[in-house]
Amino acid sequence: MKKIRIRFSKKGKIRFISHRDIARIWERALRKAQIKIAYSEGFSPRPKISFGLALPTGNESEAEYLDLELETLIKNDPDELDEIKQKINSALPMGLEVQSVAIKKEGSESLQQSVTSCTWQFDLHGYNTDEANQWLEKILESSEIVVERERKGKVVVEDLRKQVISIEVIGETDTGVRVQADLGTKPRTLRPSELLAASNPPLKARNVCRMNQWMLQGDERVEPLLNNDAPAPSARLADVIRRELKNVRTNGQAHEIGPSQRRISRSKTKT
Amino acid sequence: MSSIWPQLEEILDDVQKPARYIGCEDGVITPQHHPSKVSWLLTYPDTYEVGLPNQGLQILYEIINERSDAVAERAYAPWTDMAAALREHKLPFFSVDSHRPAKEFDILGFNLSAELVYTNLLECLDLADVPIHTANREPDDPFVIVGGHCTYNPEPIADFIDAAVLGDGEEVVSDITETILRWKNSDRSSRESILRELATIPGVYVPFAYTPVYEKQELISISPRFPETPEIVEKRTISDLAEWPYPKQQLVPLTEVVHDRLNVEVFRGCTRGCRFCQAGMITRPVRERPADQVRTMINEGIRRTGYDEVSLTSLSTADFSGIEEVVKNTLDDSDCGQLSVSLPSLRVDAFTVGIAAEIQRARRTGLTFAPEAGSWRMRQVINKLISEEDLFAAVESAYSQGWRRMKLYFLTGLPTETDEDTEAIIEMAQKCVEVGRTHQKSPSVTVSVGGFVPKPFTPFQWFGQNTEKELHRKIRLLRDKAKSSRGVQFKWHDTRASVAEGIISRGDRRIGAVIEEVWRSGGVFQEWSEHFNLQLWTEAMEKHGLSLDDYVYRHRTEHEFLPWDHLSAGLHKDFLWQEWRDALDAVGLEDCRWTPCYDCGACTGYGIEHVVASAQPPAGGSQGTGQGNLSAVSVPVSFTGTTS
Repeated sequence: MKKIRIRFSKKGKIRFISHRDIARIWERALRKAQIKIAYSEGFSPRPKISFGLALPTGNESEAEYLDLELETLIKNDPDELDEIKQKINSALPMGLEVQSVAIKKEGSESLQQSVTSCTWQFDLHGYNTDEANQWLEKILESSEIVVERERKGKVVVEDLRKQVISIEVIGETDTGVRVQADLGTKPRTLRPSELLAASNPPLKARNVCRMNQWMLQGDERVEPLLNNDAPAPSARLADVIRRELKNVRTNGQAHEIGPSQRRISRSKTKT
Repeated sequence: MSSIWPQLEEILDDVQKPARYIGCEDGVITPQHHPSKVSWLLTYPDTYEVGLPNQGLQILYEIINERSDAVAERAYAPWTDMAAALREHKLPFFSVDSHRPAKEFDILGFNLSAELVYTNLLECLDLADVPIHTANREPDDPFVIVGGHCTYNPEPIADFIDAAVLGDGEEVVSDITETILRWKNSDRSSRESILRELATIPGVYVPFAYTPVYEKQELISISPRFPETPEIVEKRTISDLAEWPYPKQQLVPLTEVVHDRLNVEVFRGCTRGCRFCQAGMITRPVRERPADQVRTMINEGIRRTGYDEVSLTSLSTADFSGIEEVVKNTLDDSDCGQLSVSLPSLRVDAFTVGIAAEIQRARRTGLTFAPEAGSWRMRQVINKLISEEDLFAAVESAYSQGWRRMKLYFLTGLPTETDEDTEAIIEMAQKCVEVGRTHQKSPSVTVSVGGFVPKPFTPFQWFGQNTEKELHRKIRLLRDKAKSSRGVQFKWHDTRASVAEGIISRGDRRIGAVIEEVWRSGGVFQEWSEHFNLQLWTEAMEKHGLSLDDYVYRHRTEHEFLPWDHLSAGLHKDFLWQEWRDALDAVGLEDCRWTPCYDCGACTGYGIEHVVASAQPPAGGSQGTGQGNLSAVSVPVSFTGTTS
């Protein structure tokens, strides 16, 4: 086995670095970490790394993925995989952090093909829970949300409604509410910012964070790779977050919350 | 103190390329501010992508931060959308390291590498809420100090800067730091006293301490106002590059920038003596880095940065006497086999192509040469002594070894240039294509032409620049000729930008009003074609009663006072004048590293010498001067002694 799959997070100032630049950062980090990658043949050899769905510049993420092919075979040995994780983490810039490394099964689909939806969280400023719920209902009740986009010089009409799998208010913040949404990625990833821009009046999503990416295994949705550093996401996630938010409001000081609850403080300045 | 990051974060979603403003590069030094330290904000007044790789700024960033009494951060000009957002949200110009307002620094140090960024300097000051005129600054305002090649004529920005540094910055930043520190620890009452003190530091020019004198609109002198102020400000030169192995931790940006690779400076200075080239004249003498230090810097740099490309930088890297050894070692040392070496500014000869072949084993796409002029006569005028034999041998060698594309750089609008000389540019390219056809199916040669702008401290400083109309005519001539030449692609630099560059290049203090006018009319990022607007410049000239003929197009005379005559790059003015006369007679001058000294002043005046690793000229000849065939002669060099 030569292929491995990596799950990593992207948080803090580095969220303003584009997907394309992140790819370049990875290439340098792997060289620094002296992880030998296989290169493509031909006139202009490229390292064999394939990235998952692009994350919009400015958004954070708890669940980014990439697959890469090593130069040499690797055993399915937890220690060896953990060593790779440590090496890469010491070479990555602040804000990018590998959570898990695993062997990628031979013949499994690429990330781009297999991921069908993503869970997002974002904040709406200036809304209370009731107002936000009214807005959400409007989205969920509408039979279609049609937008026109220009793609390769042509105007394309798209219905965003089909892509909205679920959306709910999960708590209040100091300045508004936090929303969690499951949005489809087929045929094209729907970004929270696009959905909000299509509302009437258009809204702006703040502190956008991709929490999970999902692929289908039969009827069940699973993550391409679990985060080894955190408990598996459960259906009760929303409850956990609600509790955290309550803590934030009671304490008033987000950064005093323990590390397991850092999700809430992700929008705060990290200097 | 204060960081404006929380407020910036709110607007970064709405600007293009927010990566420009976050810092976070690999290699950054966490700034340790303290009221007792002198704080520098080192600014490159162009976009982040252009400014980040600047080696001069990175060298000073490290040297200052190594001092216990100083701290340095960096800043780059915000793009127009960011500038508008900053104004809208009432936020100031800021550092990218800790996002501190520029005004909180003691010194705003600007790197000026190109004249057309001057309006950005004013934009940055204005966004920083620092008065753009030095006369209006209070004791608490930062000092505006500029460095870089453009400061050899600082007069056009004399009203805006507190001081300009001439020459190498490695040592002088410490002198300035110590002077400002003493002043900080005193009562800081008068700005005048500190400016006068700064003016006594060698290499530091303080415009406030000098008065220009005009007679009937003509500048006749620039003289010191105070008894302790020197009459002539001499440039600073570090005598040995080996003592300055900087940057030790080249910054690796998170977003793509120009020259995005490891850069290792192999030597400073150049004695080729091309008469149009300001960089070659003002950075003399040649100071080579010992080959083993170069090797160490490459190895450590590659390991630390993760880059897979290293560029060996200098004004003419193939002239580095340790080049073969360094290239060979670098390729042998790199165990992954993916490391590539690039040599900017290739010399035109077969030897150079040999080196290029060695380092580009895999990807042979294009090679770039700069013959600068099309005819041999013209190349003698500009002293770029590349013979046709050398050039075609290089081209033959390149095509036969698998290269398919060639790029040739030229200047047009040079002294004594006739249409025959101009058209020889395309003829040369045609011949290159013909040579290529014997080896390749469809060889291509790209000709890239820029309009010549005369620069201070060069033999061509007296030359009247071609008018925009004339340059445009020459470009049309070339374009038409290129159209009928199969395999020749033609590219040219906007001739209008050459006019604006010409206004500033040899302007005097009166041009300050023009720069301010252009900036006030919205003329920022003038280096960028989407923002450049010649009309802003010509209207500003007219408004202030200044003429293009006078400043740009007229030939200057032997005895007239030049606006930089109170400054010195070591070069004797009579040497430059003799070179100018020889140019007009199409008489060349050999590279002085391999011939007896002709006393240009750069070494003798400062008691320094060329530092090279070998007294033998590099193999493969010396651009047609025949010097490659000479046996070693007595030359005024000292040896680094580390290579054989």
